[in-house]
Amino acid sequence: MAAIYSLYIINKSGGLIFYKDYGSAGRMDTNDSLRVASLWHSMHAISQQLSPTVGCLGIELLEADTFDLHCFQSLTGGYLNPFIYLFIYKHTRYWFFLPSTGTKLFVVCEPGTQHMEGLLKVIYELYTDYVLKNPFYEMEMPIRCELFDINLSQAIQKDRVALLGR
Amino acid sequence: MAPVAPRSGDAIFASVEHVNAELFTLTYGAIVRQLLTDLEEVEEVNKQLDQMGYNIGVRLIDEFLAKSNVSRCVDFKETADAIAKIGFKMFLGVGASVTNWDADGTCCSIVLDDNPLVDFVELPDTCQGLYYCNILSGVVRGALEMVSMKTEVTWVRDMLRGDDAFELQVKLLKQVPEEYPYKDDE
Repeated sequence: MAAIYSLYIINKSGGLIFYKDYGSAGRMDTNDSLRVASLWHSMHAISQQLSPTVGCLGIELLEADTFDLHCFQSLTGGYLNPFIYLFIYKHTRYWFFLPSTGTKLFVVCEPGTQHMEGLLKVIYELYTDYVLKNPFYEMEMPIRCELFDINLSQAIQKDRVALLGR
Repeated sequence: MAPVAPRSGDAIFASVEHVNAELFTLTYGAIVRQLLTDLEEVEEVNKQLDQMGYNIGVRLIDEFLAKSNVSRCVDFKETADAIAKIGFKMFLGVGASVTNWDADGTCCSIVLDDNPLVDFVELPDTCQGLYYCNILSGVVRGALEMVSMKTEVTWVRDMLRGDDAFELQVKLLKQVPEEYPYKDDE
Protein backbone atom coordinates (compact mmCIF):
# COMPACT_ATOMS: atom_id res chain seq x y z
CA MET A 1 0.00 0.00 0.00
CA ALA A 2 1.20 3.46 -0.79
CA ALA A 3 2.34 5.41 2.23
CA ILE A 4 0.93 8.72 1.02
CA TYR A 5 -2.73 8.88 0.05
CA SER A 6 -3.13 12.46 -1.10
CA LEU A 7 -1.73 15.97 -1.12
CA TYR A 8 -3.68 19.22 -0.90
CA ILE A 9 -2.63 22.86 -1.21
CA ILE A 10 -5.06 25.51 0.03
CA ASN A 11 -4.70 29.19 -0.79
CA LYS A 12 -4.89 32.08 1.63
CA SER A 13 -8.67 32.30 1.55
CA GLY A 14 -9.32 28.58 1.94
CA GLY A 15 -9.77 27.57 -1.69
CA LEU A 16 -8.23 24.38 -2.98
CA ILE A 17 -5.57 25.18 -5.55
CA PHE A 18 -3.91 21.80 -5.86
CA TYR A 19 -4.99 18.22 -5.24
CA LYS A 20 -3.32 14.99 -6.10
CA ASP A 21 -3.94 11.47 -4.92
CA TYR A 22 -1.50 8.62 -4.86
CA GLY A 23 -2.56 5.01 -5.03
CA SER A 24 -6.07 3.65 -5.01
CA ALA A 25 -7.09 4.34 -1.43
CA GLY A 26 -8.87 7.56 -0.52
CA ARG A 27 -9.54 8.87 -3.99
CA MET A 28 -11.87 11.84 -4.15
CA ASP A 29 -13.71 13.57 -6.92
CA THR A 30 -13.33 17.29 -7.52
CA ASN A 31 -16.33 18.34 -5.46
CA ASP A 32 -15.33 16.24 -2.47
CA SER A 33 -11.77 17.47 -2.48
CA LEU A 34 -12.91 21.10 -2.67
CA ARG A 35 -15.26 20.55 0.24
CA VAL A 36 -12.64 18.81 2.35
CA ALA A 37 -10.19 21.62 1.66
CA SER A 38 -12.49 24.39 2.81
CA LEU A 39 -13.52 22.34 5.83
CA TRP A 40 -9.91 21.88 6.78
CA HIS A 41 -9.29 25.59 6.38
CA SER A 42 -12.04 26.30 8.91
CA MET A 43 -11.01 23.56 11.30
CA HIS A 44 -7.47 24.85 11.24
CA ALA A 45 -8.71 28.35 12.12
CA ILE A 46 -10.90 26.99 14.91
CA SER A 47 -7.99 25.04 16.37
CA GLN A 48 -6.09 28.32 16.68
CA GLN A 49 -8.97 29.84 18.60
CA LEU A 50 -9.17 26.82 20.88
CA SER A 51 -5.63 27.44 22.07
CA PRO A 52 -5.45 28.66 25.67
CA THR A 53 -2.43 30.79 24.84
CA VAL A 54 -1.95 33.27 22.03
CA GLY A 55 0.36 32.58 19.12
CA CYS A 56 -0.97 29.13 18.28
CA LEU A 57 -0.27 28.18 14.68
CA GLY A 58 -3.06 25.62 14.33
CA ILE A 59 -3.23 21.87 13.83
CA GLU A 60 0.01 20.35 12.63
CA LEU A 61 -0.89 16.69 12.92
CA LEU A 62 -4.21 14.91 13.02
CA GLU A 63 -4.06 11.24 13.92
CA ALA A 64 -6.92 8.86 13.20
CA ASP A 65 -7.11 5.08 13.24
CA THR A 66 -6.92 4.80 9.45
CA PHE A 67 -4.81 7.80 8.48
CA ASP A 68 -2.54 10.62 9.62
CA LEU A 69 -2.89 14.15 8.33
CA HIS A 70 0.15 16.41 8.44
CA CYS A 71 -0.38 20.10 7.82
CA PHE A 72 2.09 22.88 7.13
CA GLN A 73 1.16 26.54 6.97
CA SER A 74 3.34 29.28 5.52
CA LEU A 75 3.95 32.47 7.48
CA THR A 76 2.63 34.78 4.78
CA GLY A 77 -0.80 36.33 4.95
CA GLY A 78 -2.47 38.49 7.55
CA TYR A 79 -4.72 41.46 7.99
CA LEU A 80 -3.01 43.63 5.40
CA ASN A 81 -4.36 41.50 2.59
CA PRO A 82 -7.87 40.70 3.73
CA PHE A 83 -10.51 38.95 1.71
CA ILE A 84 -13.70 40.83 1.33
CA TYR A 85 -16.95 38.93 1.40
CA LEU A 86 -20.33 40.29 0.51
CA PHE A 87 -23.27 38.71 2.26
CA ILE A 88 -26.82 39.77 1.55
CA TYR A 89 -29.47 39.14 4.17
CA LYS A 90 -33.00 40.51 3.90
CA HIS A 91 -31.93 42.95 1.20
CA THR A 92 -29.19 44.40 3.37
CA ARG A 93 -25.61 44.12 2.27
CA TYR A 94 -23.01 43.05 4.83
CA TRP A 95 -19.35 43.26 4.07
CA PHE A 96 -16.91 41.06 5.89
CA PHE A 97 -13.19 41.53 5.97
CA LEU A 98 -11.41 38.32 6.75
CA PRO A 99 -7.67 38.25 7.15
CA SER A 100 -5.86 35.89 4.85
CA THR A 101 -4.05 32.99 6.45
CA GLY A 102 -0.89 31.37 5.21
CA THR A 103 -0.92 28.98 2.31
CA LYS A 104 -1.57 25.52 3.72
CA LEU A 105 -0.17 22.26 2.46
CA PHE A 106 -1.31 18.96 3.87
CA VAL A 107 -0.73 15.31 3.18
CA VAL A 108 -2.96 12.42 4.15
CA CYS A 109 -0.93 9.29 4.73
CA GLU A 110 -0.84 5.88 6.34
CA PRO A 111 -0.85 6.03 10.14
CA GLY A 112 2.63 6.32 11.54
CA THR A 113 4.30 7.41 8.31
CA GLN A 114 7.56 9.14 9.21
CA HIS A 115 9.31 12.25 7.91
CA MET A 116 6.17 13.95 6.63
CA GLU A 117 7.22 17.35 8.03
CA GLY A 118 10.38 17.12 5.97
CA LEU A 119 8.43 16.15 2.88
CA LEU A 120 6.00 19.05 3.34
CA LYS A 121 8.92 21.43 3.61
CA VAL A 122 10.38 20.06 0.38
CA ILE A 123 6.99 20.49 -1.31
CA TYR A 124 6.78 24.08 -0.01
CA GLU A 125 10.19 24.77 -1.56
CA LEU A 126 9.03 23.26 -4.85
CA TYR A 127 5.94 25.47 -4.67
CA THR A 128 8.06 28.59 -4.21
CA ASP A 129 10.37 27.52 -7.04
CA TYR A 130 8.06 26.19 -9.71
CA VAL A 131 4.74 27.85 -8.94
CA LEU A 132 5.44 31.30 -7.48
CA LYS A 133 8.36 31.96 -9.82
CA ASN A 134 6.36 31.05 -12.88
CA PRO A 135 5.53 34.49 -14.30
CA PHE A 136 2.29 33.18 -15.79
CA TYR A 137 1.02 31.74 -12.55
CA GLU A 138 -1.56 34.02 -10.96
CA MET A 139 -1.37 34.16 -7.20
CA GLU A 140 -4.08 32.26 -5.33
CA MET A 141 -5.33 30.53 -8.48
CA PRO A 142 -5.33 26.76 -9.13
CA ILE A 143 -1.87 25.41 -9.83
CA ARG A 144 -1.38 24.14 -13.35
CA CYS A 145 2.37 24.07 -13.68
CA GLU A 146 3.94 21.10 -15.37
CA LEU A 147 7.37 21.68 -13.84
CA PHE A 148 5.81 21.61 -10.40
CA ASP A 149 4.05 18.30 -11.19
CA ILE A 150 7.25 16.71 -12.44
CA ASN A 151 9.36 17.79 -9.50
CA LEU A 152 6.64 16.87 -7.05
CA SER A 153 6.38 13.34 -8.42
CA GLN A 154 10.13 13.00 -8.08
CA ALA A 155 10.07 14.21 -4.49
CA ILE A 156 7.27 11.81 -3.55
CA GLN A 157 8.98 8.98 -5.39
CA LYS A 158 12.20 9.65 -3.55
CA ASP A 159 10.31 9.67 -0.31
CA ARG A 160 8.77 6.30 -1.10
CA VAL A 161 12.15 4.81 -1.86
CA ALA A 162 13.40 6.15 1.46
CA LEU A 163 10.42 4.57 3.19
CA LEU A 164 10.98 1.18 1.59
CA GLY A 165 14.54 1.26 2.76
CA ARG A 166 13.71 1.71 6.40
CA MET B 1 8.24 20.06 14.19
CA ALA B 2 11.46 20.85 16.00
CA PRO B 3 12.67 24.36 15.20
CA VAL B 4 15.52 24.36 12.75
CA ALA B 5 18.28 26.94 13.01
CA PRO B 6 18.10 29.60 10.27
CA ARG B 7 20.48 28.99 7.44
CA SER B 8 23.00 31.64 6.60
CA GLY B 9 22.52 33.77 3.51
CA ASP B 10 25.87 32.54 2.19
CA ALA B 11 24.85 28.90 2.44
CA ILE B 12 21.60 29.48 0.56
CA PHE B 13 23.29 31.62 -2.06
CA ALA B 14 25.83 28.87 -2.64
CA SER B 15 23.17 26.18 -2.99
CA VAL B 16 21.14 27.76 -5.79
CA GLU B 17 21.95 28.04 -9.47
CA HIS B 18 23.49 31.32 -10.59
CA VAL B 19 23.41 33.26 -13.79
CA ASN B 20 26.25 35.30 -15.14
CA ALA B 21 26.39 38.59 -13.23
CA GLU B 22 26.85 40.63 -16.37
CA LEU B 23 23.81 39.10 -18.00
CA PHE B 24 21.82 40.02 -14.91
CA THR B 25 23.15 43.58 -14.80
CA LEU B 26 22.65 44.13 -18.52
CA THR B 27 19.14 42.68 -18.45
CA TYR B 28 18.15 45.00 -15.66
CA GLY B 29 19.70 47.91 -17.53
CA ALA B 30 17.71 47.02 -20.63
CA ILE B 31 14.48 46.95 -18.62
CA VAL B 32 15.12 50.38 -17.12
CA ARG B 33 16.07 51.75 -20.53
CA GLN B 34 12.91 50.36 -22.10
CA LEU B 35 10.78 51.83 -19.32
CA LEU B 36 12.34 55.23 -19.89
CA THR B 37 11.52 54.97 -23.58
CA ASP B 38 7.96 53.80 -22.94
CA LEU B 39 6.99 56.05 -20.08
CA GLU B 40 9.14 59.09 -20.89
CA GLU B 41 8.75 60.61 -17.40
CA VAL B 42 11.48 59.71 -14.91
CA GLU B 43 8.97 59.89 -12.07
CA GLU B 44 6.75 57.33 -13.81
CA VAL B 45 9.71 55.02 -14.29
CA ASN B 46 10.48 55.21 -10.57
CA LYS B 47 6.90 54.24 -9.84
CA GLN B 48 6.87 51.42 -12.35
CA LEU B 49 10.13 49.96 -11.04
CA ASP B 50 8.74 50.07 -7.53
CA GLN B 51 5.58 48.31 -8.66
CA MET B 52 7.58 45.63 -10.48
CA GLY B 53 9.63 45.09 -7.36
CA TYR B 54 6.48 44.87 -5.28
CA ASN B 55 5.10 42.15 -7.54
CA ILE B 56 8.35 40.25 -7.16
CA GLY B 57 8.44 40.76 -3.40
CA VAL B 58 5.01 39.28 -2.71
CA ARG B 59 6.12 36.04 -4.33
CA LEU B 60 9.72 36.07 -3.20
CA ILE B 61 8.87 36.13 0.48
CA ASP B 62 7.66 32.54 0.41
CA GLU B 63 10.91 31.36 -1.09
CA PHE B 64 12.81 33.33 1.51
CA LEU B 65 10.85 31.67 4.32
CA ALA B 66 11.03 28.22 2.74
CA LYS B 67 14.76 28.22 2.19
CA SER B 68 16.09 30.24 5.09
CA ASN B 69 14.22 28.47 7.93
CA VAL B 70 13.64 31.86 9.49
CA SER B 71 10.65 31.63 11.78
CA ARG B 72 8.48 34.41 13.15
CA CYS B 73 10.50 37.50 14.05
CA VAL B 74 9.72 38.90 17.49
CA ASP B 75 10.11 42.53 16.50
CA PHE B 76 10.91 44.82 13.60
CA LYS B 77 14.60 44.87 14.56
CA GLU B 78 14.84 41.16 14.02
CA THR B 79 12.98 41.50 10.73
CA ALA B 80 15.37 44.17 9.47
CA ASP B 81 18.33 42.01 10.41
CA ALA B 82 16.88 39.02 8.59
CA ILE B 83 16.38 41.07 5.43
CA ALA B 84 19.86 42.56 5.53
CA LYS B 85 21.88 39.55 6.64
CA ILE B 86 19.98 36.73 4.95
CA GLY B 87 17.63 38.22 2.34
CA PHE B 88 20.05 40.39 0.39
CA LYS B 89 22.77 37.76 0.58
CA MET B 90 20.47 35.01 -0.58
CA PHE B 91 18.94 36.76 -3.58
CA LEU B 92 21.56 39.32 -4.63
CA GLY B 93 24.71 37.78 -3.24
CA VAL B 94 25.64 40.96 -1.40
CA GLY B 95 25.79 41.64 2.29
CA ALA B 96 24.06 44.55 3.96
CA SER B 97 24.01 46.11 7.38
CA VAL B 98 21.30 47.74 9.43
CA THR B 99 21.95 51.18 10.93
CA ASN B 100 20.36 54.48 11.86
CA TRP B 101 17.60 53.18 14.11
CA ASP B 102 15.22 55.80 15.32
CA ALA B 103 14.26 55.99 18.99
CA ASP B 104 11.10 53.89 18.84
CA GLY B 105 12.54 51.17 16.62
CA THR B 106 10.23 51.65 13.64
CA CYS B 107 12.61 53.17 11.14
CA CYS B 108 16.04 52.02 10.06
CA SER B 109 18.45 52.03 7.19
CA ILE B 110 19.80 49.10 5.26
CA VAL B 111 23.19 49.89 3.76
CA LEU B 112 24.31 47.62 0.94
CA ASP B 113 27.94 46.52 0.88
CA ASP B 114 27.82 46.30 -2.88
CA ASN B 115 25.22 46.62 -5.61
CA PRO B 116 25.45 44.39 -8.67
CA LEU B 117 22.66 46.27 -10.46
CA VAL B 118 24.75 49.35 -11.13
CA ASP B 119 28.03 47.85 -12.33
CA PHE B 120 28.25 49.74 -15.63
CA VAL B 121 25.80 52.53 -14.99
CA GLU B 122 26.34 56.26 -15.22
CA LEU B 123 23.24 58.40 -14.91
CA PRO B 124 22.97 60.95 -17.73
CA ASP B 125 21.90 64.52 -16.96
CA THR B 126 18.44 63.84 -18.37
CA CYS B 127 17.76 61.15 -15.78
CA GLN B 128 18.85 62.87 -12.61
CA GLY B 129 15.59 62.18 -10.81
CA LEU B 130 15.79 58.45 -11.52
CA TYR B 131 16.11 55.98 -8.68
CA TYR B 132 17.81 53.39 -10.79
CA CYS B 133 17.51 50.59 -8.21
CA ASN B 134 13.94 51.36 -7.23
CA ILE B 135 13.01 47.76 -7.94
CA LEU B 136 14.82 46.75 -4.75
CA SER B 137 12.78 49.04 -2.55
CA GLY B 138 9.63 47.59 -4.11
CA VAL B 139 10.78 44.05 -3.38
CA VAL B 140 11.34 44.83 0.30
CA ARG B 141 7.98 46.58 0.57
CA GLY B 142 6.11 43.74 -1.14
CA ALA B 143 7.78 41.03 0.88
CA LEU B 144 7.10 42.75 4.21
CA GLU B 145 3.50 43.37 3.29
CA MET B 146 2.94 39.65 2.96
CA VAL B 147 4.06 39.17 6.55
CA SER B 148 1.69 41.84 7.87
CA MET B 149 4.01 44.81 7.91
CA LYS B 150 3.08 47.91 5.98
CA THR B 151 6.25 49.82 5.22
CA GLU B 152 7.56 52.71 3.25
CA VAL B 153 10.88 52.04 1.59
CA THR B 154 12.91 54.85 0.08
CA TRP B 155 16.45 55.45 -1.12
CA VAL B 156 18.25 57.96 1.05
CA ARG B 157 21.69 57.49 -0.43
CA ASP B 158 22.42 56.42 -3.99
CA MET B 159 25.94 56.18 -5.39
CA LEU B 160 24.65 56.94 -8.88
CA ARG B 161 23.61 60.33 -7.53
CA GLY B 162 27.00 60.99 -6.02
CA ASP B 163 26.49 59.64 -2.50
CA ASP B 164 29.01 57.35 -0.87
CA ALA B 165 26.79 54.29 -0.41
CA PHE B 166 23.49 52.66 -1.26
CA GLU B 167 21.17 53.17 1.65
CA LEU B 168 17.55 52.07 1.84
CA GLN B 169 15.35 53.55 4.50
CA VAL B 170 12.68 51.19 5.77
CA LYS B 171 9.93 52.80 7.79
CA LEU B 172 7.33 50.66 9.52
CA LEU B 173 3.93 52.29 9.10
CA LYS B 174 1.63 49.62 10.46
CA GLN B 175 2.07 46.19 11.90
CA VAL B 176 -0.89 43.93 12.42
CA PRO B 177 -0.71 41.10 14.89
CA GLU B 178 -1.37 37.79 13.21
CA GLU B 179 -2.97 36.12 16.15
CA TYR B 180 -6.52 35.10 16.71
CA PRO B 181 -9.03 36.18 17.76
CA TYR B 182 -9.60 38.39 14.80
CA LYS B 183 -12.55 40.68 14.97
CA ASP B 184 -14.51 39.49 11.98
CA ASP B 185 -17.14 42.17 12.00
CA GLU B 186 -15.08 45.34 11.88
